[in-house]
Amino acid sequence: MAAEGHQEHSLSIYLWVWLLLFVLSTLSYLVDYLGFESYLRWSLILIFMLAKAGFIIAIFMHMAWERVALIYAILGPPVLLLFLIGLMAVEGDYTLLTRLNFFGETNFVAQEHATEEGH
Amino acid sequence: MGSNSSESGATFALPEGFQDFTRDWSADKQTFQVPWGKAMMWIFLLSDTFIFACFLTSYMNVRMSTRVPWPNPSEVFALSFGGDPIPLILIAIMTFILITSSGTMALAVNYGYRQDRAKTAALMFITAAFGATFVGMQAFEWVKLIVEEGVRPWGNPMGAAQFGSSFFMITGFHGAHVSIGVIYLSVVALKVLKGDYEASGNYEIVEITGLYWHFVDLVWVFIFAFFYLW
Repeated sequence: MAAEGHQEHSLSIYLWVWLLLFVLSTLSYLVDYLGFESYLRWSLILIFMLAKAGFIIAIFMHMAWERVALIYAILGPPVLLLFLIGLMAVEGDYTLLTRLNFFGETNFVAQEHATEEGH
Repeated sequence: MGSNSSESGATFALPEGFQDFTRDWSADKQTFQVPWGKAMMWIFLLSDTFIFACFLTSYMNVRMSTRVPWPNPSEVFALSFGGDPIPLILIAIMTFILITSSGTMALAVNYGYRQDRAKTAALMFITAAFGATFVGMQAFEWVKLIVEEGVRPWGNPMGAAQFGSSFFMITGFHGAHVSIGVIYLSVVALKVLKGDYEASGNYEIVEITGLYWHFVDLVWVFIFAFFYLW
């Protein structure tokens, strides 16, 4: 089946994944709509995001039926991004601490609507 | 050196998995056993992954490091249809439109392999239409943010100045990808409809176009999670 890159599957698997993506999108929207906060919010967002990404890559992009050489070549390199994200998180934290140290807390006051006030 | 007729002891059948992986990379032959166009599209998408990852990482960095509170996306992107504003509703609709287009694209690829010319072309045109709708809604969102909310790349009335630059950069680049995808889809769909692939019966191009389109949807999954929901 997987040879020569020709993959013929029944339509039902696509329709099921399609439905599943709708359900997962609705759930991730509900995370915002129901106003979950903090770690519950963040972990739910990540779970639904990874599930959606996994189904799109595996089924819609046919990665589940590709050979291991291609799977590793495509899915391996992005793992390096975790180091970039980790380093930039440390950097962002340091920048915030430095700013608070030198400039103190902010005195920013949000305006309701810029256009309604004067110009 | 020349033809590799004498396989070095590989007379027994190797199991799938890691040994399969090492054999594909070490043997003196083609590594990726897929059409070259498909391998190249995957490698392009890998490079695009790094571009979007850089955008999202820089967004994380500026959001973490600002002293000013980040504007609440739930309120910024709320929309009211006569009654109370519904949080994030426009973005939710855009998400569903993009997922719908991904589904029609998956079906187009499936019909491509069945060499069903008319259905493949029709489904690709439907996919392109959903993509164009998505871009249209994004344009509406940009206009609303710029004109009504006063969001600029250098500042906005709701909070941290970096909100604008992150938003325009990330959604702008994604929107450009969707727009290019709509053109790409339309061109391939027209060629399918004209019967350009009828003689060879090779509809591989439909799957390659599909890879690009699903990737655009995939990127939106991450933007939706990190920029709009976080």
